[in-house]
Amino acid sequence: MTVLQIFFLIVALVILGSSLMVVTTRNLIHAALWLIVTLFGVAVLYAVLNAGFLAVVQVVVYIGAIAILFIFAVMLTRKELRDRGPQLNRGWWLNVIIALLTFGGLFWMLQSWNGFSKTAAAFPSSYDALGQLGNALISPNAFVLPFEVASVLLLAALVGAVYIAFNPPSGDSRK
Amino acid sequence: MIPLSWFLILSAALFSIGLFGVLSRKNAVAILLGIELMLNAVNINMVSFWRYGDVSQMAGQVFAIIVFAVAASEVAVGLALVISVYRRRNTVIAEELDLMKW
Amino acid sequence: MTTETLIWLIPLPPILAFFLIVLFANRSKALSHTIAVGAAFLSWLGAMIVFVRAIGTPELGRTPFASFINWIPTADTWLKVGVQIDPLGAVVLFFVAWTVLMIFIYSVGYHNFGQPKGDHDIAGLPPHGASDEHGHHVPSVEPMYSRFFAFISLFAFGMFTLVVSDNLLTLFAGWEIMGLCSYLLIGFWYAKPSARDAAVKAFMTTRVGDVFMLLGIAFLYSATGSLSYRDIFQPQVLGALASVPTPIFGLSAAGLIGLLLFIGTIGKSAQFPLHVWLPDAMEGPTPVSAMIHAATMVSAGVYMVIRMFPLISLDPHTMTIIAFIGTFTAIFAATIAVAQNDIKKVLAYSTISQLGFMIAALGVGAYVAAAFHLVTHAFFKALLFLGSGSVIHGMEHGVLHTGNHEVDPQNMFNMGGLRKKMPITFWTFLIGGFALSGFPLLTAGFWSKDEIFTEAFGTGHWIVFITLAVAAFLTAFYTMRQITLTFLGEPRTKEAEHAHETKWTMTAPLVILASFAVCAGWVGIPQDFLGLHLNPTWFHEFVGSTLSVMPGAAPFSWIVLGTSLVVALGGLFVGWLVYRNVASVEQDKLQIPLLKNKYYFDEIYSAVFIKPATWFADAIVYQTMDKLLIDGVLHFFGKAAQAIGSVVRKYIDLLIINRTIGDGTARVTQWVGKNLRPIQSGRIQQYMLVSLIVLLAIAGLLYYLLAIV
Repeated sequence: MTVLQIFFLIVALVILGSSLMVVTTRNLIHAALWLIVTLFGVAVLYAVLNAGFLAVVQVVVYIGAIAILFIFAVMLTRKELRDRGPQLNRGWWLNVIIALLTFGGLFWMLQSWNGFSKTAAAFPSSYDALGQLGNALISPNAFVLPFEVASVLLLAALVGAVYIAFNPPSGDSRK
Repeated sequence: MIPLSWFLILSAALFSIGLFGVLSRKNAVAILLGIELMLNAVNINMVSFWRYGDVSQMAGQVFAIIVFAVAASEVAVGLALVISVYRRRNTVIAEELDLMKW
Repeated sequence: MTTETLIWLIPLPPILAFFLIVLFANRSKALSHTIAVGAAFLSWLGAMIVFVRAIGTPELGRTPFASFINWIPTADTWLKVGVQIDPLGAVVLFFVAWTVLMIFIYSVGYHNFGQPKGDHDIAGLPPHGASDEHGHHVPSVEPMYSRFFAFISLFAFGMFTLVVSDNLLTLFAGWEIMGLCSYLLIGFWYAKPSARDAAVKAFMTTRVGDVFMLLGIAFLYSATGSLSYRDIFQPQVLGALASVPTPIFGLSAAGLIGLLLFIGTIGKSAQFPLHVWLPDAMEGPTPVSAMIHAATMVSAGVYMVIRMFPLISLDPHTMTIIAFIGTFTAIFAATIAVAQNDIKKVLAYSTISQLGFMIAALGVGAYVAAAFHLVTHAFFKALLFLGSGSVIHGMEHGVLHTGNHEVDPQNMFNMGGLRKKMPITFWTFLIGGFALSGFPLLTAGFWSKDEIFTEAFGTGHWIVFITLAVAAFLTAFYTMRQITLTFLGEPRTKEAEHAHETKWTMTAPLVILASFAVCAGWVGIPQDFLGLHLNPTWFHEFVGSTLSVMPGAAPFSWIVLGTSLVVALGGLFVGWLVYRNVASVEQDKLQIPLLKNKYYFDEIYSAVFIKPATWFADAIVYQTMDKLLIDGVLHFFGKAAQAIGSVVRKYIDLLIINRTIGDGTARVTQWVGKNLRPIQSGRIQQYMLVSLIVLLAIAGLLYYLLAIV
């Protein structure tokens, strides 16, 4: 067991543990905070995988924007500051079974793939991964089109979200 | 050193946990949290396949970035919807939002 | 034109007249009678030419004018129809043509042509009188004038066809056409119920006879294979028919055929027991009575028997039956005529009686005598009927004058003294009456009746002779009774006082027929009359030559002559004596109810035949067979169909199709829908759950089946 492996296991435990807390904790703010922990863990994982840019983007976009947005939404949608009652649906044990079945199924399918246990190749030291990523994103031979479409998507989401959540100043009060 | 399978198992487990959260949580915002977990699991899968395959093929990372963008926009719109629904119905519990039934 | 062609053409003008009048000339009275009388005249002309040629042809009996065509193919032969005029046919053609023409001319005046239309005249009732410009009531013209002439033209066609035909088939065709016309003409005034009933009675009664006649014809055809006279009267054919026995009454085939044919004559010539229709037939207009029921149609029956004499005479049993019926009818009808008060009814019974004379003559084998009496009787009976029509017209003048319509212009007891008012009618009627009675030497009836007596006496048929003598006495008696009551004495009613003579279209035929009534007898004076040796009797020689063996004439007998004179003159005298002072019907001692009611034969027939037949038709055929059985079967079908239908409805349609399939489908669909609906709960987490379960299931299935990774 190398250091890297131990490190990986710790990170993995953190991720899984915090994600479990996300889905089970009663307090919704706590759930959002646990989400932040999970996202951090994932960012670390990206770094382990030599995808440094993605790790930073993960922290900035996911944690800095999306998780904050979640906290805002939680606060805006509660009548009282405490959550009462059970937070899980009544038939949650069936959902457990489904989740386990899903995991089992995925595991099973992956296991029969012969590339399942391969190890990583050595990362070339002078490989400019970031530059290559930038090139790929804006190169017409590569992925400029998905990139531009994604930006249009963000624009549409922006406009849509604003419109949906828009509260006219007069007349329409809370219903 | 770290076999690919560990990443894939991790991603599968995270995905399943997120699935459980989507199916079981009452609060609509909590459901969106579960969706976030699932998206992250997918991203882990993408990046580990990029790293463990041909590193010069940037498709893995590019796709991960696209997923970021999609996740962000989806969360924005979804929460906007939840807020709008909360304004009308005064509830965010998914079970109570059952108008589109028989 | 050959005589044969002329004979073919003789029946043609009347049938053409019938069609022309019916189709085109219906509206115009003048055109109708012109066509009809013209047609009768053409036929008369043709008949006269044929007659003249016939009497000028020697050996006409052996080689008659004959012509035939092959008509119906029957296996390897043909059924032949054609025309034949032998001596018998020639004399019959003579009197038929004359009487038909006279009656056609008479009808113009009888139906008051030229008179104004009646005030209240309806088609279907006798004309009732019209008011002319002076307010006098005058006779009115018959509304159905054209129809009458159409019908009598059709009748004339039938009679001519019967006379000229050379086979039993066309004879029967003419026979039936005349039967039809008899029906149509007796019921001419169809709005009178009595006329309708009389027409049906006539048709039905003659039909009974015709059925047997048809059986006879069929038997004859099947026995000999032909219906033509020349084929039947071959000696070998006759011999064969005479020798074949039949199981009925021990008659030979010839006898049975003869008897069956004779039954047709019983119907047609109104012999006992089928005589009941002739008196009722007086409902028709008088020209009809004259033509059909005196001169021609009833004569057709006798003519047929005379024609078939070679066949009928083969069997003595048949001859006996014929003689019996003829004799019985003669006396029977004569007794009834004595008590009748209607002028036409007396003549009707007289006709029946005289036909009985002819039949009796045939029964004793007097071929020529019967033919002779046939010819003379036609003339004087037609004369008498036309005369009675003239009398009735005169009486109707009186009725119209006095306006008293209760008075029956046909009742002799309302008449009297008409000799002064209607002289021509009187003298011609007198001549006819004397001819009927057999007034010696001067009238035709004397010679023909005398010949019958001679034959009956000469062949030893005593009963026939005596009975016919009594009948002849009665004939003279009631004839004189009729003349006395009608013409002699003083008028008994005002209507009789105001009667006057009818116009020339009616009196001219009377005169012509009267001359025949006088002269026609002289052609038949027997050769050894009074012991003198006169020239051979033309009539006997001529008509007798029709038969293959000339019949011998019975020898002259003083007894017969004496009997004849006694019955004729005695009857006339007694009749005059009794009735010259009878002023009203109460003084008539001979109004015996039995005779007046015709021996109650109509009532007997009604009870014995009509009522059971009606009962049978109603109770058996109608109620039982038709309504119960046939309708029962049909109703059964209906009810069975209904039952099947209701079973199908209840058990298959309602139960299976409606409830199970129809409603069942709906209910199952509703149940399925109701139970499937909760799936759509509106809760997204449940949707996701369900879809995941399904996805896992499908993935597992696919993985298992296809072993995909």
